[in-house]
Amino acid sequence: YFQISLQCAVNGVPCRGKVLTVDNMNPNVKRVEYAVRGPIVQRAVQIEKELREGVKKPFTEVIKANIGDAHAMGQKPITFLRQVLALCSYPELLEDNKFPEDAKKRAQRILGACGGHSIGAYSASQGIECVRQDVARYIEKRDGGIPSNPDNIYLSTGASDAIVTMLKLLVCGEGRDRTGVMISIPQYPLYSAALADLGAVQISYYLDEEKCWSLDVAELRRALNAARQHCNPRVLCIINPGNPTGQVQSRQCIEDVIRFAKEEHLFLMADEVYQDNVYAEGCKFHSFKKVLFEMGPEYSSTVEMASFHSTSKCYMGECGFRGGYMEVINMDPEVKTQLTKLVSVRLCPPVPGQALLDLVVNPPQPDEPSYITFMKERTAVLSALAEKARLTEQTFNAVPGITCNPVQGAMYTFPRITLPEKAIDKAKEEGKVPDMYYCMRLLEEEGICLVPGSGFGQREGTFHFRMTILPPTEKLKVVLQKIRDFHVRFTQEFS
Amino acid sequence: MHYCCFLNKRKTNTLKNCGFWSKVLIHIHQNVRSIKQLEYAVLARRANQIQKELSQGVRKPYKELIDVCWGDPHSMDVKPLTFVRQVLAACVYPELMSSHKLPLDVRQRAQWLLGRCDGGSVGSYLAPTGIPEIVQRMSESIRSRDGGVPCNPDNIFISPGSQWSLTNIIQVLVNNEAPLRTGILTPVPCHVTTIMSIKSLGAAVIPYFLSEEHGWALQVEELQRALESAKGGCNPVALYVINPGNPAGYVQSRKSIQEVIQFASEKRLFLLADEVYQDCVYGKNSEFVSYKRVLAEMGPPFSDTVELASFHSVSKGFMGECGLRGGYVELVNLDPNVVKYIFNLICKDSTTPVLAHFAMDLMMNPPRPGDPSYPLYNQVRNNMLVQNVKTAHEVVNSLPGFSCQPVEGGAFVFPRVFLPPRAIQKAKEEGMQPDTFYCMRLLEEMGVLVSPGCEYGQKEGTYHIRFCIMASQDIIDQVLKRLTTFHTKFMKDFS
Repeated sequence: YFQISLQCAVNGVPCRGKVLTVDNMNPNVKRVEYAVRGPIVQRAVQIEKELREGVKKPFTEVIKANIGDAHAMGQKPITFLRQVLALCSYPELLEDNKFPEDAKKRAQRILGACGGHSIGAYSASQGIECVRQDVARYIEKRDGGIPSNPDNIYLSTGASDAIVTMLKLLVCGEGRDRTGVMISIPQYPLYSAALADLGAVQISYYLDEEKCWSLDVAELRRALNAARQHCNPRVLCIINPGNPTGQVQSRQCIEDVIRFAKEEHLFLMADEVYQDNVYAEGCKFHSFKKVLFEMGPEYSSTVEMASFHSTSKCYMGECGFRGGYMEVINMDPEVKTQLTKLVSVRLCPPVPGQALLDLVVNPPQPDEPSYITFMKERTAVLSALAEKARLTEQTFNAVPGITCNPVQGAMYTFPRITLPEKAIDKAKEEGKVPDMYYCMRLLEEEGICLVPGSGFGQREGTFHFRMTILPPTEKLKVVLQKIRDFHVRFTQEFS
Repeated sequence: MHYCCFLNKRKTNTLKNCGFWSKVLIHIHQNVRSIKQLEYAVLARRANQIQKELSQGVRKPYKELIDVCWGDPHSMDVKPLTFVRQVLAACVYPELMSSHKLPLDVRQRAQWLLGRCDGGSVGSYLAPTGIPEIVQRMSESIRSRDGGVPCNPDNIFISPGSQWSLTNIIQVLVNNEAPLRTGILTPVPCHVTTIMSIKSLGAAVIPYFLSEEHGWALQVEELQRALESAKGGCNPVALYVINPGNPAGYVQSRKSIQEVIQFASEKRLFLLADEVYQDCVYGKNSEFVSYKRVLAEMGPPFSDTVELASFHSVSKGFMGECGLRGGYVELVNLDPNVVKYIFNLICKDSTTPVLAHFAMDLMMNPPRPGDPSYPLYNQVRNNMLVQNVKTAHEVVNSLPGFSCQPVEGGAFVFPRVFLPPRAIQKAKEEGMQPDTFYCMRLLEEMGVLVSPGCEYGQKEGTYHIRFCIMASQDIIDQVLKRLTTFHTKFMKDFS
């Protein structure tokens, strides 16, 4: 700035500051934070750079157990999916007999639905029609025959895109009537970031750590009643299976939530991207839609809901394709028109992601050539995750000062850590939140990148971190051991 | 103006008691509502109907519909580039890299790109600002394009499309807590998506008219007039330009760009330069020069102070890969503190597909002379478009009742049609805009779908149509043939 003023003085041009400053920019954007890629990740990237430049450290690589990115952690893509996508990308390969017939058939069908038979053409803003039809069929099959209308399916650029779109549609009002959105604590930081961005009011409800992170309607009611004083609560968001906590809600709990939403006149947003990631004995994924309809017409014809799914998790782990969808239930037809208009501003979701989604909802059938390999690969991924979930819980619970709820589903563990008073004081001295200080130390000393619990929200006075269970089993064992050793050292240092 | 949600609250309590159920999601933010329904929607509905009738065997003067409304080359039989598709296929299904059916440069590029991905898979998340090596190469390309003007990769932000980037930047500019609404100067005519993006964020559009008689030139006096007109109504913060143009096919001269930059500097406006058609220049005396280059060449104080965001995409140009959803914005002279917030915003978004990012590398680093793929890559593309433009311009201008400015660049032809008073009258009777009426008739009688000028804005009392020339020569020939027959008859019927 000094240089510019000097320059201005020299040229005789009146001096002035920037047109776009932090003072006149959108105030909401300033409130946006996203812990999963926050300061700790930035430091991790810096350390990686230093390692590449040959700087000596107590470790040779940074293990990024902060983000739910399966392929980055070595999980292999599913062969069938990649074969069809390659055929769609370069249709000359349809002549190549190395590709199985069922892959070719799927590719031809998808290409036939694309403009000019190319995945490079724009699709309809709501998504390719035949893909939406396939998604609807998949949902019907999953939910025991409950009808799904393709017109209620909106394909999107990952589930996050659909979630933000829905929130844009839901948030309105000024001052005391500003829309309030209920989100769980701990929560996936996309929600709090989106709410800050939209200037919506965040209404936090706490999951119960003592009861395996389960949801309690009494807590929902407490949060809601307190919120009514200063905003207009309209939305209830729930992630099932949960992120970061991994709990899989019981059917009873889902019914209670639906009942609560109806009583309190709330729009339900059900984030179900981890629906195939269920590991614990006795746990089962129940879709919100299925439970809603099984509760009878009093609920199924009135409760307004949007459910979200994606190609980034489950057994596919295809985060880079940005495939996803939402299904809207009982939406006012005029609102639907507005929604359709809103999605057209983004033109259309990435077509390769739409193609991938089509394969996920339309996998090889038992009578098809790719079936055996497909099922083998899928089972391998899911059973490895289940094993790692169990191993993680076991290892952490054996460490004094770390307690870990069972990882019932999803891809993360969110253990509670006990930090000595002296460590908390040290953190304060350094101007850091205690669990951020802990995680930063772990990163610097062991090259392991986790996300501090403060990034997700937690009860006052408690500390956590979120770690993914994605590294390959052998590597995960090493990571768990290192964290264990670090924790013991850390506790001793500050005793 | 805003729908206040207190209405909803009171309604809930009384109506609940009456046993009448009202929707939660009824009241939508004014920003969403303000997005206009497209004229195209009316035409598309009828086109769908006609399509159905054709497939049912209903007799019509044509066998199939031709839709030349959108800038979507692949859907109009322009073939994807072989090199691009081969690389993408190999990245998606790396088994292909051992195949000698793919040229060496394809395999090498695919290997290089995949090697930059976490876990060596296109299924892993991209870092929000992209893969550093690819962005570095992009910055080198930009520097080369701009005759050596330095390009800092840290100022490049990738996204799922130029409109996505534009929306993000506008979002940062819009301050809904300021006393006056944020205003953005936009050209008339202007393509729809930009207008929708501006409105959906709650900003005001301040129209400035391009001068049709002068080849759609941008005149500073008109910018001045537009700015004056906004006084007291809104707070103008930015000036949006699109060069080469859409829908009008002008290419700004260096002098014109300098004038715009001077104006923006004087009036303290943030410059938004949409340059997605930079590779589509046909006019013999036209040359694309980027706003960034002109700015740099103007020297201080302009080069140090004028704040600029330039946008580009993989959707247009030679590649035409609209369905991949890839684009970027380059920021020049922004306050570094603001850039930090933009980074945060993009972290939350984090949704650029990996294949789209790869496509950016392929677009900006194509095969070079000597590379095995070069001969095929270099063939045809530009020549075909130049031919289409020449033919379309000639044919349209030869028809009485049409007048078309030179098409120097871009993807569209935007001729003025002089509708007879009787046609205007008939349109009014049918409750349609006159040029929509013309387009509807063209659709019915000749099965050609083009868009009406009213969609983009035009001087009162003038009418236009827009159609895309990024299509196969066959399609353009067909379109022109049918248009000629229709237009002659139409003018006769309504004379």
